[in-house]
Amino acid sequence: MAINIWKYASPQTFYPLAGKLAPWFLALAAVLALVGLYIGLLVAPTDFQQGNAYRIIFIHVAAAWMSMFIYLVMAFWCAVGFVMNTRLSFMMALALAPTGALFTFIALWTGALWGKPTWGTWWVWDARITSELILLFLYIGFLSLHAAIEDLRRADRAAALLALVGAINVPIIYYSVKWWNTLHQGASVSLTRAPSMASTMLVAMLIMSLAAWMYAIGASLLRVRIIIAERERGADWLEAGALP
Amino acid sequence: MSWNSAGEFFAMGGYAFYVWGSYAVAAVCIAGELWWLRHRAETLRSRPGLSRQP
Repeated sequence: MAINIWKYASPQTFYPLAGKLAPWFLALAAVLALVGLYIGLLVAPTDFQQGNAYRIIFIHVAAAWMSMFIYLVMAFWCAVGFVMNTRLSFMMALALAPTGALFTFIALWTGALWGKPTWGTWWVWDARITSELILLFLYIGFLSLHAAIEDLRRADRAAALLALVGAINVPIIYYSVKWWNTLHQGASVSLTRAPSMASTMLVAMLIMSLAAWMYAIGASLLRVRIIIAERERGADWLEAGALP
Repeated sequence: MSWNSAGEFFAMGGYAFYVWGSYAVAAVCIAGELWWLRHRAETLRSRPGLSRQP
């Protein structure tokens, strides 16, 4: 049996679907976060080098991964919007940007709070940290550019172009610790070698990342509903009862 | 369990400010986003004709 996924490319059909799915993703995020926090804060052992300061990792890595991943998904929807000319794709990109910016901010903030006790400084202009800051500016630039253009079709396209050009920054962030000699440490988790941390730490980190992922999906589904409702105002299908 | 007492847990081996500071900021950000989403939805519901011109 083939499910027609194109059916959900229209705001009208996606709107109720997003409304049904969002609470489930948010609930899943809450459950995963509770499990991840329990393992990370109560079960995982103290690190022999960093003491308990390392426990910031459960927020920091999850937020940093999501900040990059959300940007790629946002750029993907922008590309789909350009190629297929689908309105919903641009709305999806616009719905993802604030959550992506939020995770970028959390990654930078927790990074500073981690850097102070371990490196002795809140901030350094090293490649990893600077490129992550640029990511925050890209998200803010995307949202500001969109807000600055009156005509929605042009706003969508101009912001999407910015998002696509800015996507080059994501591999730069990811590989910065390999390409340059950074104060920021290299990857703790890799697909090609054993992780350099205790297994309970790793499990907690992965569960927290999954929680952040589910939260990002839930929050952007809620936001895309608001965006759809704002744009389709006055449409017959969008009656008062169907508002978000 | 890697702690002997609640006091030890909250002290985080002397890193309480950094560890709890990180968790608090993350919690505030997420709560803030959810509150903002709810606020936008309520604004839309209460006066659908007057919200930001699309």
